[in-house]
Parts: sequence; structure tokens; C-alpha cells
Amino acid sequence: MSSSMSLLVPLPVILPLLGAGAALMLSGRPRAQRLVSFSVLIGVVTVAAVLLVRADRRGVQVAWLGAWTPPLGISLVADRLSALMLLVSAVVTLVVFAYSVGQNMTGDESEAPVSIYHPTFLVLVAGVSNAFLAGDLFNLFVSFEMLLFASYVLLTLGGTATRIRAGTIYVVVNMLSSSLFLISIAAVYAATGSLNLAQLAERIEGLPDAVSLTLQLLLLVTFSVKAALFPLSLWLPDSYPTAPAPVTAVFAGLLTKVGVYAILRMQTLLFPDSPLTDLLLWAALITMVIGILGAIAQSDIKRMLSFTLVSHIGYMIFGIGLATQAGISGAVFYVAHHITIQTALFLVVGLVERRAGSTALLRLGGLARLAPVLGILFFVPAMNLAGIPPMSGFLGKVGLLQAGLDVGTPLSVTLVVGGVVTSLLTLYAVAKTWTIAFWRTPEQAHETAQALPNPGEKADTQHPSVAMVGHRGHVHVGGTAYAPLDLEEARRVRDDDEPDRDLYQLLRDDKLPDSLPPSMVLPTAALVAFSLVFTLVAGPLFDYTDRTAEDLVRRSPYLDAVLDGGRR
Amino acid sequence: MSTNLTLIVTASTLIGCGVYLVLERSLTRVLVGLLVMGNGINLLFLIAGGRAGNAPIEGTTPPSTMSDPLPQALVLTAIVIALGTTAFLLAMAHRSWQLNSNDDVQDDVEDASIRRLAAADEASDSHDLATGGGDDDPRVEEEA
Repeated sequence: MSSSMSLLVPLPVILPLLGAGAALMLSGRPRAQRLVSFSVLIGVVTVAAVLLVRADRRGVQVAWLGAWTPPLGISLVADRLSALMLLVSAVVTLVVFAYSVGQNMTGDESEAPVSIYHPTFLVLVAGVSNAFLAGDLFNLFVSFEMLLFASYVLLTLGGTATRIRAGTIYVVVNMLSSSLFLISIAAVYAATGSLNLAQLAERIEGLPDAVSLTLQLLLLVTFSVKAALFPLSLWLPDSYPTAPAPVTAVFAGLLTKVGVYAILRMQTLLFPDSPLTDLLLWAALITMVIGILGAIAQSDIKRMLSFTLVSHIGYMIFGIGLATQAGISGAVFYVAHHITIQTALFLVVGLVERRAGSTALLRLGGLARLAPVLGILFFVPAMNLAGIPPMSGFLGKVGLLQAGLDVGTPLSVTLVVGGVVTSLLTLYAVAKTWTIAFWRTPEQAHETAQALPNPGEKADTQHPSVAMVGHRGHVHVGGTAYAPLDLEEARRVRDDDEPDRDLYQLLRDDKLPDSLPPSMVLPTAALVAFSLVFTLVAGPLFDYTDRTAEDLVRRSPYLDAVLDGGRR
Repeated sequence: MSTNLTLIVTASTLIGCGVYLVLERSLTRVLVGLLVMGNGINLLFLIAGGRAGNAPIEGTTPPSTMSDPLPQALVLTAIVIALGTTAFLLAMAHRSWQLNSNDDVQDDVEDASIRRLAAADEASDSHDLATGGGDDDPRVEEEA
């Protein structure tokens, strides 16, 4: 392994950090700031692509930082798994960044001050890259803190009431999980005397079963909070939808996947003979089903997508829990697919919000005629998410389901069934959204809102919702349930003097932008196209993930590369 | 390996108090709880470092009597991170106080709506739905 090439490994972390500093200094000069941020992100994509090729052809790339004699220093490791995650996340962050710049340039997002946005976004990218490359547990903790801190700031941009409310829960939950992570690290260090993942892999084998089980449970709970695995997922659908569209998109795409990556790394490298795979499988099943049931009940597109995000985390944990080569390969493929698809969907929803003034289903209608491009941009990734053949969502699910059938235990077969049901329910959830938001006419939407009962006439001050409650507080109109909160919105829509108008009223009054800015549509279209590329290169990509899974199951490529570097 | 019992008792007390405070409604108390808990966790690292020794400086202390420097470095990092988090949470508590004149952690929107439903809707009315909608069904009202 040439030492010059291992110098590349820290670059995905260092470049964004330097860029963040430069962007902060250039905060008075937006054009220079944009230039810095773009060149940094393009640089990260390039480095990640080179690392991917190197890791695939030449084996694991290791860099020892801090000029200590290995294995004392901090190691950054790029194996096939890290490199793939790095490349996909780098591409996604570049696209999201282009989108957010497009949003800023049109003078729309006055609530997101550019001077803070750029540096914070770059720190987030550095944190995500560092998490994928970290070769020891404490470095992983530091990278979690980096990306979490950036996410705290991005989530509460502008400090509006809803964002502070959502941000409070998000910050406290994540601080708790960070505390738990620190406790796990202290326990791991007390038990083994090391935090380097490769050394841990050797030393944990020698521990008594009870100790290693405790360590595994501690780490698993910590990472499950990050990955939003049920029942530790409840914070996610509440906090994500309040942020600006590009922020939600990058959170949804990347942050939970960092948690999934950490679980995958830990399960394969540290605890290969894990007794907890059944627990993971159960968690995966419940996550899939509960998540998608939550998605069906939502009447806001952003919330609906947040719940599908939680639900589809279950697929990845399913693959990890199977602990076979095919399962892990399917999980890695699914992670790569899902990062792009979920981000693309949130970007499209941002476009919907901009074009139609809202993401509440009650107010939308006729988007397919109003903005046909938007219709296509939503339809393609939505069908991909649901797993319609021949797209990558279908291929990823087939890979996982086959792996589940190969294992053939009653639990894994149950999960296969659960996976199929979840896929169908996802299709139902996105098709419902499509029908309501894109297919019916704005007039129909308006009439539906008008038809809702008038609060002034019916309202009982003690139980304001009783008179109009249908099934569990939801009002049923045309077969679709609306939550009480949306009803309040609808009432505002009915009042012509209120500033909150639905799409029909906005169209009638001609208060909508005529078209979407190309600077936002183009990045979204690029990401949708990128997600379709996964379908085209599915063969080679599955070969790659198979090799990745083989490495992970064998463990020796990772261990040899890191420990030999240490013995040199 | 012998372990310092005082440290363990102190750490567990701190973490216990921290957890209790985190369960409070006020964001400031939650923050104090997280800080107390953080201090307890920092003590855990000292326990993880093994027996106490002299300052780990090469040349002044023979290696055999040195204490383990790594946990101390980790604690230092954790303290720095806790400092930043504290600043951010205080700012959020202040902003929350500006907006709502309190800093209570507010309910999840879904939780709140589910609780409202439970209060308003004691019996399950899936029965109504199964029999074609009750008298509160807006479609029925329209036709009537």
C-alpha cells in the first residue's frame, strides 16, 4: 500500500472543515462563499470516487494521524463499505447544496442566513465523512458530535417557534444518546483497554460472554437512537419535517444512515458471533410495520415521508440482522439506494411547497397539470421507494427478501412477509399522496375543504372536536382521513380574509410563482437521475456490495490492514 | 484489578440525579440534569483508566507509576463538547422563553393529538365506521 495514497483518506474530513472556516471568514461575500463551498464538495466527491476505486482494487486504505507510532494514533480506515457510503453521501450532499443555493439565489429563504448555512453544512459533511472513516470508537463519537452539532444549528435555523419546539426534543434525545455512547466507550475501555476497532475485534473475543453482551447492548442502543430504530425512533417524525427542505433532505438521507452504518460495522467487526441477531430482526420487523402504518395516517407529505424513512430503516436492519453475506450485501445496497431516493423525495417536496405554497394534502390538488415536471419528479422516486420493478428499490428489496428466504428460520420468513407487506403499504401511502396532491383538481380540493364542518356553528367549547370527529378524531372526506390539526388549517382556508390560502385560492388570486426556478429543479432532477443510475448499474453494484459483504464477514481484510500498519 | 469504590458510588449518584432531572419538564432542569450526568460519566472514564498514579509526563515519572493518560484525554474532549452543548441548549432555552415565556419541553404534535383524541373519544368508534359512518360523518351531513 503506497503511503501517498493513504494521504487521501483524511481529505473528506479535512477539506470540508477547512472550507467551513473559509466560508465563515467569507460570510460577507456570498459569491466567494458559494465558490469555496462548491469546490470543497466537488473535491470530496472526487476524493471519495478515487478512494472507492482504490479500496476496491488495492484493498483497505488506512491513514494514521497524529504522528504517533501505530497503533497509538488515530486511524482513519477506508474499506469498501466506507468508500461506498462516502461516495454516495458526497454526491447527495453536493446536490442538496446546489439545491439550497438555488433556493437562496431566488431570494426565497430569508429565514436561513447564508453566512451561517454554508459553514454549518460543511461541518455536517465533515462529520458524516469522519463517521464513515473512523477507525476507533472515540473518533466515531467525535464525528457524531460534529454532525449532531451542525444538525442542531440547521434544524433550528431562524429560531421560529415550531423549529425551537422540534429542536428541543431533537437536541435532548441526541444528547442522551451521546451520554449513553460515552458510557459505552468507558465500559469498552475498562473491559479491553483499547478503543481501536481492529484491536477491539481481537480483544472482545476473549471477554466473558456477559461482559461482551453488555457492551454490545450498550452500543446497539446508542446507535439505534441515531438510526431511528423502533422504539427509539419516535423523535424523528416530529423533528425532521419542521426544518427547511434541503436540511430535511440531507438529514433524512444521511444522518440515520450513519447510525445504520455504525450498527453494521459494530455487528460485523466487533460482534461477529452475535447472540443478538434475533433482537435486531424483531426490531427491524416492528420498525418496518409501525413506521409504514404511521406514514399512512399522515396528511402532510413531509410527515408522511419521515415515517416512510423510519419504516425503511427496518429493511437495512433486516439485512444486518440476518448476518449472512447475502443479507449484508442487500443491506449495503439498500442503504446506498435509500440515501439517494429519500433525499430526492424531500427535495421534490420542497419544490411542491414552493410551487403550491403548502405540503398539507388538504390544500393541494392538480399539481400534475400545474407543474408536469414536478409530477414526474415526484412519481419516479415515489415508485422507486415503493419498490416497483425494475427500479433499484425493487432490486434492493428482492436481494434482502432472497437473503431472508435463504436463512429460512421462522423469524426470517416472518420478516420476508413483513417486508412485502411494508412495500405494498408504502405503495399505498405514496399513491394516496399522488392521487390527492397531483391528480385531483384544485377546485375539488377547495370544495373538499369547504365541505368540512364549520367550527363556528358546531363548536362545543368543552369538546371542540366531538361534533365533527369521525374515526378517532379524523374527519373522513372522500375516503381520506384528516387529522384535527389539518382541520384547523382547512378552517383558515375557508375564510377568504385569512392569509393562509389553499392552492385554489392562490391560483384564483394569481399569487403563485409562475414557474419553479431552474436552479432548484435541476439539482432535484439530477438526483432523481442519479437514483435511476442505481437501476442501470445494479449488476456491478451488487457485485461490489457482495465483495463488501464478503470483506465484512471475513473481517481479515480490515483487521490485517489496520493491525499490520500498527506492527510496522 | 482493584477499583475505587468511592468513585463508583459518586459516579452512580451523579448519573442517577442526572436522569431524575432529565425527566423534568423545564429545559433548564433538563440541561442541569445532562450536565450532572456528564460529570458522572467523566468519573466513569477515570474508573476505566485503572488505578490512580502520578502525572503521565515522560521524564518526570517512571512509567510504572504513571496513571493512564488516555481516559483523561477522552474526558477532556467530552468536557469541551459538553461546554458547546450547554451553550447551545441555554440559547435554545432562552429563545423558548422569548417565544413562550417559559422553557418547558413541549409535547410532540402527534402525542398531543393522540391525547386529545383519547380525552374526547373515550369509546372506540370504529363501530360507527364499520356500520357506514355515524351521525358525525360529514358525508352524511352533506346529503342531508
